[in-house]
Amino acid sequence: MTLAEVPLVLMLVGLVAYAVLGGADFGAAFWQLAGRRDAGSKARREHAYRAMGPVWEANHVWLIFVLAICWTAYPKAFASIFSTLTVPFFIAAVGIVLRGTAYAVHAGTAREIERRTVDAVFSVSSILTPFALGTAVGGIASGRVPVGNARGDLVTSWVNPTSFAVGVLAVATGAYLAAVYLAGDAARAGRHDLTVSFRARALAAGAATGVMALAGLLVVSLDAETLRRGLLRWPAILPVVGSAAAGLATVELVRRSRFEAARYGASAAVAAIVVGWALAQRPELLPGLTVDEAAAGRPTLTATIVGVALGAVILVPSLALLFGLVLRGRFDREAAGPDAEKSGLPVAACPRPLLWTTLLTLAVGVPLTLIADGGPVLAVGVVALLAFVALGSIAVGSGAATVAAQDEDG
Amino acid sequence: MLIAAAAPFAPVDQEYLFEARQMQALSFAVHIPLVCFGIAFPAFVLFMEALWLRTGNPVYRTIARRWSKAMLALFAVGVVTGTILSFELGLLWPGFMATFADVFGLGFTLEAFSFFVEAIFIAIYVYGWDRLSARAHFLAGVPVVIAGFTGSLMVISVNAWMNNPSGFTFEDGRVTDVRPLAALFGNHHLWHELVHMYLAGYIVAGFLTAGVYALGWLRGRRGPYERVALVVPLTVAALASPVQIVVGDWAAREVAREQPTKLAALEGLQRTEEGAPVHLLGWYDGEEVRYGIPLPRLLSLLAFHDPNARVEGLEEVPPDERPPVNVVRVAFQTMVGIGLALAALSLVYLVVWLRRRRLPRSPWFYRAVAAAGPLSVVALIAGWITTEVGRQPWVVYGHMRTEDAVTGANGVPVGYASLLLVYAGLIAAVAWILRRLARAPVEIAGRPGGVAPVLAGAARPAEEEDRR
Ligand code: HDD
Ligand code: HEM
Ligand code: HEM
Repeated sequence: MTLAEVPLVLMLVGLVAYAVLGGADFGAAFWQLAGRRDAGSKARREHAYRAMGPVWEANHVWLIFVLAICWTAYPKAFASIFSTLTVPFFIAAVGIVLRGTAYAVHAGTAREIERRTVDAVFSVSSILTPFALGTAVGGIASGRVPVGNARGDLVTSWVNPTSFAVGVLAVATGAYLAAVYLAGDAARAGRHDLTVSFRARALAAGAATGVMALAGLLVVSLDAETLRRGLLRWPAILPVVGSAAAGLATVELVRRSRFEAARYGASAAVAAIVVGWALAQRPELLPGLTVDEAAAGRPTLTATIVGVALGAVILVPSLALLFGLVLRGRFDREAAGPDAEKSGLPVAACPRPLLWTTLLTLAVGVPLTLIADGGPVLAVGVVALLAFVALGSIAVGSGAATVAAQDEDG
Repeated sequence: MLIAAAAPFAPVDQEYLFEARQMQALSFAVHIPLVCFGIAFPAFVLFMEALWLRTGNPVYRTIARRWSKAMLALFAVGVVTGTILSFELGLLWPGFMATFADVFGLGFTLEAFSFFVEAIFIAIYVYGWDRLSARAHFLAGVPVVIAGFTGSLMVISVNAWMNNPSGFTFEDGRVTDVRPLAALFGNHHLWHELVHMYLAGYIVAGFLTAGVYALGWLRGRRGPYERVALVVPLTVAALASPVQIVVGDWAAREVAREQPTKLAALEGLQRTEEGAPVHLLGWYDGEEVRYGIPLPRLLSLLAFHDPNARVEGLEEVPPDERPPVNVVRVAFQTMVGIGLALAALSLVYLVVWLRRRRLPRSPWFYRAVAAAGPLSVVALIAGWITTEVGRQPWVVYGHMRTEDAVTGANGVPVGYASLLLVYAGLIAAVAWILRRLARAPVEIAGRPGGVAPVLAGAARPAEEEDRR
């Protein structure tokens, strides 16, 4: 692997994470649309919103991560892809906005009509977005994005058999993953009714996804000659077969209600297919543009790789903490109510030393910032000003809050 | 050379450049006020929680809990509007991205980690109420505050680079010798923009939040809950506003040094002059400022600390390299005018507090606080118009013109119109949810007297959800 390929690997990791985690968030909404409105559907809806709540924003960031690495490391490829595939990306962006907004407001819905409207927007946008992103991937994979500013066809670059096959597969995979996760969450929370109903959905979706994947391969082999040859060639064939095997295995795991294992199996199946795609295209990123040609210069690549490595040092434990809390069911627990009453120590109105320090930072900050023409003197001035705002907020804010909190009018 | 063989990212003919710019500007105008809450609201919530932890007074805890719900909703909307902006970089400006993204892209790559941290810990914080120990819960909020800062740092490093590009060599339309760290963080344009925007975040979120309770005060809701919720954000905004003037002066000096054309546009200064004046109000007619109130030598003094300093006028560059002067000038004067008014209001509040230890009693004070929120948003947008429109016609100052950056794709007006509709829906939805959250009855544990008047028929779903 060359230096130029490392960011691509990082992008693929991000893409898999987005497909597996973000995809499941989209899929959870799918199940709200599918099916009748009955007592069970309300419980399923609540379960899905609740499961998604703490994680969907973090899961969404994987998309930003992939984009940012793409444009930093392969600027020409990024610009070509977005300018040609303008329509599906715009649809996806609108879908993301509608979905996020619907999520933000769902907690406030009270009446049935409000709930229905919000759910409808949420579900439709949750299907539209992965479908649109899938068609874009299909357009890239089938070689329909030439290098250049909007050089490809605005319509046929994403309205074509491969794009639609990938789009449908993206929606189906998300629905399958979601059903598996939700069944697992329900089992953990001891909700037998929900476990049964999501298990049934997972089995149905698993079968459907398998059939669609096979149909997709057929479509690709008719529509995209190069991609087919790539996929059936060594070494891409290996992950393709692996993905099929992992897919079959997870369906069996779901059948046995081994949801945790199925969670990882399903993720592996998705990861394998993404890897297969990358290997099939190697060494080209876009037709006539190899990864090496598309890559930014050495300093940019090195800085990106080092930056991601340093970021990972923070990210990995943070994600582990969040998913640990979620998967151990900490957020499902009955809220404990506030801790016992505190000693009732009233905040001192305004401690003198704090007040004097605050005034000192002001006296230092203003003249230095006004007079200095740069350099360390200016830096001291600006830091003093920021310290003034922070310390002053603590000093005056806590004093004012104490007075304001007293029952009689202050 | 044949047209078909033109370089892949050669400038294209985009009939709808104006719409593309409007689309970009619209998306910023929606994202940036939301982001102010991402910057400042976590700090407000933590401050309340800290007061609760110290005193045990349940009022603080109730406020922190209720605010954290609004925080989560606003964060979600901030995330998705930011996503649109990222997409738009590719959808609207492929020429710019293809040529320069390897120089500044690192800023966004690092920012992604900031977003991860913010999203992860905001979730732990909001879903962790009563489910984590009090200490762990408070600590979970700290990374959110830090990430609000680093997120601003990263994205503003990109904007500062566009305004004052460095860290690369540019020959024949090609970028070579890229030094990404120097480009992003070795650029002193970054620092005033960062500090000015960061303070703006506290000013906007502070006045908007305080304004809600000031309106409540005017309608007779003056209990401890409302008073505390008014006073804390107001204090922060009142301290930040006067400081913002000092920082704005620093910003203007940096602009004078690095972007003389932008400075000339801010003041409508046509000819290069020694001892240049400032004009208040008035209108630039293409030659000079008419009907303005001149303040002699003030521009030289403010920009260079010397009443006789030479200030470059617009005449130094050809007409097609000048920004639209009136847009920039009106925006700048609006920001400064509002900035001075906010600082005056802040001083009233601080002086009354320091001398009398109470809130002012005149209803005019509360009306002013209620108006200060929307006005500070106007100042925020006006400031960004100053910076971004003042940079025109360049997208990368001095290196690439905006028209050379734009996409060659058709359908920009369709995108613009759709986005207008989507944002209208988004704004309506945000207003609706905030009202809903605010209407849920205030219940303060162990303090029946603290319960605010319950609005008939008001929804309380959010509270219910928690109890389950
Ligand atoms: C609440 C908002 C707010 C307030 C009260 C002010 N500003 Fe501001 N200003 C902004 C919010 C803002 C901003 C956050 O919108 C900008 C856009 C780019 C930036 O760095 O900050 C800005 C930019 C900006 C610029 C251009 C910087 C550049 O292009 O690099 C100047 C010269 C000033 N401001 C000057 C001032 C002065 C002299 C003020 C005093 C009254 C002032 N601002 C109040
Ligand atoms: C990264 C940080 C950036 C920030 C914070 C920023 C901010 C803004 C803001 C606030 C506006 C004006 C909003 C209004 O008019 O209401 C604006 C306008 C604009 N921005 Fe930026 N911008 C950034 C990057 C970019 C990029 C990457 C581009 C792409 C080329 C861009 C191109 C434009 C254009 C074309 C306009 C419209 C100017 C006009 O109407 O004449 N900006 N930007
Ligand atoms: C003044 C300039 C800007 C500041 C201070 C800023 C800051 C922030 C902050 C604090 C957030 C977190 C969400 C929230 O708190 O609401 C956010 C979200 C986001 N911003 Fe901005 N932003 C600015 C402009 C931009 C620009 C120009 C872009 C892209 C071109 C952008 C892209 C994003 C993205 C993609 C997100 C979502 C991240 C996520 O998924 O969590 N922002 N921004």
